[in-house]
Amino acid sequence: MAGMIIAIVLMVAGVFFLTVSALGLLRFPDFYARTHAVGKSETLGSILTLSGLAVYNGLELSTVKILFILGFVLVANPTATHAIARAALRTGLQPWTRKKVEPREKRTEPS
Amino acid sequence: MRFLVTAIVAYLLYLLLTIGSGTLLLWNAAELIIGAIFALVVAALVKNRYLKRSLRMLNPVRWFIWFIYLFPFLFAMAQANVDVAYRVLTGRINPGIVKISPKLKTDMALTILANSITLTPGTLSINVDEETNDLYVHWINVKPEVLKEMPRDYHPICNSFPDWARRIAG
Repeated sequence: MAGMIIAIVLMVAGVFFLTVSALGLLRFPDFYARTHAVGKSETLGSILTLSGLAVYNGLELSTVKILFILGFVLVANPTATHAIARAALRTGLQPWTRKKVEPREKRTEPS
Repeated sequence: MRFLVTAIVAYLLYLLLTIGSGTLLLWNAAELIIGAIFALVVAALVKNRYLKRSLRMLNPVRWFIWFIYLFPFLFAMAQANVDVAYRVLTGRINPGIVKISPKLKTDMALTILANSITLTPGTLSINVDEETNDLYVHWINVKPEVLKEMPRDYHPICNSFPDWARRIAG
């Protein structure tokens, strides 16, 4: 019963962060800021949802598999985010700024 | 040698993920064969990249430090998500790209740092200067006073994660 409650709490928190991620995708002004929402919130959202599932399952073989997937998400998600952001930078997309805070050459790709 | 080690690791991982699927020693024949084929393909694709100068990561002390590191990391990750939620709801952002020089030497340390930066509050790693190992970071709430000093201190931008990365894989 206690395990059930923990699982529910974890999954609700995960779904909350996934919702935040979707909201961020809609609300943020430019590509890079949106990547923030996807890169962070989605990772934690999926991790919380998956650990909720693991707790719900209890000690089983499939729980071990879920934990493997969890570790994979933890490594793969930031890497993919990094690849996407780098691709955007290389095509010369300038970030949205409120005011000039950096000299212009700092923002561009060095090579 | 590298090819074989990579293939065996990949195959073991595949077997772990498909455990309990049949009667032939816990697996069924199809899974065993497909796993072997995929392990060989993966090994052929990555043999020149995987295991490159990474024998130092076999040191158990580094694993222990990595395990300790998980706690501040998971805390920072939770903090990062609350931070993103706050910025989504209020719209208070001042983004910009900044450059930090963490002075890390190994690729592994830089990988750990870049992934940590992406998952922790307010920052997202975008590009790596492979000659100087500088990181270009998108910072969602740039504080101009931090950028004035040159050489720039990275602690206000990404806490002490470069130090952790140096301890783990430096």
